Amino acid sequence: MRTAAIAFVFALLAGPVMAEPAAAPDQPLASASQEARAQTLFQDIRCVVCQHESIADSPAGIAADMRRLVREEIASGATDESIREDLVRRWGDYILFKPPVKAATWLLWFGPLLLVLGAGTAFIVLSFRKKPVTAPLSPDEERRLEELLHTEGVRPDPDATSSHD
Amino acid sequence: MISEFGAYALILALVLAVLQTVMATAGRIRRSPVLAGAAQGAAIASACLVALAFAALIFAFVTSDFSVANVANNSHTDKPMLYKVAGAWGSHEGSLVLWCLVMTGFGAALARASGLPFGLKTSAVGVQGALGSLFLAFAVFTSNPFARLDPAPFQGASLNPLLQDPALAFHPPLLYAGYVGFSVTFSLAVAALIEGRVDPAWGRWVRPWALASWVLLTIGITLGSFWAYYELGWGGWWFWDPVENASFMPWLAGAALLHSAVVTERRGALAGWTVFLALLAFTFSMLGAFLVRSGVLTSVHAFAVDPERGLMLLGILGVTAGAAFALFAWRAPKLTGGGLFAPISREGALVLNNLFLTAAAATVLLGTLYPLILQAATGATISVGPPYFALTFTPLMVVAFLILPAGPLLAWKRGDLKGAGQRLAVAAGLSLVCALLGWMAFEPRKAMAAGGIAIGAWLILGALAEVAERVRLFRVSLAEVGRRARALPLGAWGMMLAHAGLGLFVLGAVVETGFKVEAAAPLGIGGEVTAGRYSVRLDDVRIVEGPNYLAEQGHLTVIPTDGGPVRTVVAERRFFPAGGQTTTEVGLDFRGLDDVYVVLGERRSTPQAARAWTVRVYWNPWARLIFLGPLIMALGGVLSLLDRRLRIGVAGRKKAVERAA
Repeated sequence: MRTAAIAFVFALLAGPVMAEPAAAPDQPLASASQEARAQTLFQDIRCVVCQHESIADSPAGIAADMRRLVREEIASGATDESIREDLVRRWGDYILFKPPVKAATWLLWFGPLLLVLGAGTAFIVLSFRKKPVTAPLSPDEERRLEELLHTEGVRPDPDATSSHD
Repeated sequence: MISEFGAYALILALVLAVLQTVMATAGRIRRSPVLAGAAQGAAIASACLVALAFAALIFAFVTSDFSVANVANNSHTDKPMLYKVAGAWGSHEGSLVLWCLVMTGFGAALARASGLPFGLKTSAVGVQGALGSLFLAFAVFTSNPFARLDPAPFQGASLNPLLQDPALAFHPPLLYAGYVGFSVTFSLAVAALIEGRVDPAWGRWVRPWALASWVLLTIGITLGSFWAYYELGWGGWWFWDPVENASFMPWLAGAALLHSAVVTERRGALAGWTVFLALLAFTFSMLGAFLVRSGVLTSVHAFAVDPERGLMLLGILGVTAGAAFALFAWRAPKLTGGGLFAPISREGALVLNNLFLTAAAATVLLGTLYPLILQAATGATISVGPPYFALTFTPLMVVAFLILPAGPLLAWKRGDLKGAGQRLAVAAGLSLVCALLGWMAFEPRKAMAAGGIAIGAWLILGALAEVAERVRLFRVSLAEVGRRARALPLGAWGMMLAHAGLGLFVLGAVVETGFKVEAAAPLGIGGEVTAGRYSVRLDDVRIVEGPNYLAEQGHLTVIPTDGGPVRTVVAERRFFPAGGQTTTEVGLDFRGLDDVYVVLGERRSTPQAARAWTVRVYWNPWARLIFLGPLIMALGGVLSLLDRRLRIGVAGRKKAVERAA
């Protein structure tokens, strides 16, 4: 444990040099609306060294660098779209957590909607096709029903009337 | 020696599982109760042997037997006892034994279950045996957890420190119990297809297994999410990480199954669809196992991975799911349709529920697998993350949640939409009031968040309205209301809790996501940083020695800026010498429904060259509901499980035990 302790203290002292440099806490942009835009963008941008994190969540040094970069671009007047385009030019579509809508991703983007519409249509069509055929009762049947309903001991089907189970 | 015994027990369990399948098949074909009984005996013996193997593995971990490779790779003598035990399921090999234990354990429970007809039960025991054989063979032939090392190292490599946490010690067993519990619904579904008969009784038999698995999975996922929340130190609780998605897909399919099984049980309808979902839930479980263990994904949750094993898992998945769905395609058209119903009815509402839940599961599947498939097909790499799911999954759920409270108020067969609307009018009005209050109470004002609050309130009030309707609240005397409340079946209370729990979760998720405040600053001793309503002061930083780590321990004081009690929290940065890793232990101050979440960051120097630490503070309003809601949902599931109507099997089992005694 002692060697470990020494190693730990060493790691503490040397930490910033050995590991990646400790990222300085972010300096938010002066303009609140610009900072809000930056925060929204951060959610969409993937940290390239992390496993599945946006640069908004990641403590990695490179994520801090990328946040600074995005803030600088916003401050210099770039639009969200141009910042995204810049990032994609440098890193590919991989950099954005929101994949672009193009031929290769149509299924990804519209699959869920198509599924709901398709299955919903199927349900509606099927449920109307299966409509129970109930021909009106003949006067004779009406009379018999009347008699039956007046006979004591005939209990109505509970399922048919109660709204609850 | 004990380890060799464990390895032997595992092999014997495999042999028995194969025998179980063979005897059940022969017993079913020849209609021989003797052979079928022998298959049931083999199922129970197989479960006992896997339990022995698992006990042997835990023994090796507890005694730090580093001559066992699995122990040497995942344990360490300095590790606290809880994590030595938990280390037994912290690796690929060990967790696979746990998987097999749950699978054979559920198989034994199925073998002991009474009330099932001979054919269905024997077929189901046979299918369960086949599943067990495949996974046991996978464990024995590719992932022997008892493989020896020669020479044995003096010290182990220890478990990933991130995993050394109480929530994560219990997360895998619960998660696996849920995942693998669906193997029984799978077996019952395949058996029903073999027998060619799906009736309301089948719906009743399958529902308790589905419910139990879903409850365990709910708790397992919630624990995992809570672990991610406080252990990873990013303040987030769900990242749409592929591995999280892998656990979420069986959950969604299981939730759909629960609801569709009700329709099959009560009305005999949707039989084919319920069978399909029963197959789907376990297929998603196996898909999750493949994704996590094959190396096709990278994630903090993924195991040390091996493509060859991944390929074998893909083989198991392909064979079992392929065979089951082929059988389904062949036999399902022959299943007779049950009771007819109008589109506007309880059945219709449950069909909509299933439509949205399965579409949601398909969306998660698409978002998880699309990048893999696209890369394999075209080489293009894309990332699918939270913004995608916010645009696809969330709208689906919003529509489903809007419809949800109406379902329980509609009658079977043909419902009265107008009547249900009238009964829900008060709930709808109050939900809008909640939205307005939320809109005014939280800064900055956000219309989307107010809408989310309305939906959460709508779910809770809708669930309450349903119970109020059933006890005739405000319409009959209080004594009568009490009598009616006591007469309500537990299942009704269970449904109310599950739906209200969902509403609580929605409220927590919406408010936390919409209004959390984050602040970070380098603080010297005595420095303060403010996030929203709370200031946090760094009082002291000490170096402390844990059982297997050293830590910088920050003592901080949380001061509400608008008055209120001042409390202290402890946040740590732990250094684990065994693996050379550093973890953060978040300081959490529970403030009612809110969390003040404090992370002690790296040590750094201020311009004045004094000692300073980066301290990050999150004020997460209503974060408590995010974890409380799902637990209440699980509690609702437990209540439904205790309902007398589902306990027929249990009562029968008790009688069987008495007879045997």
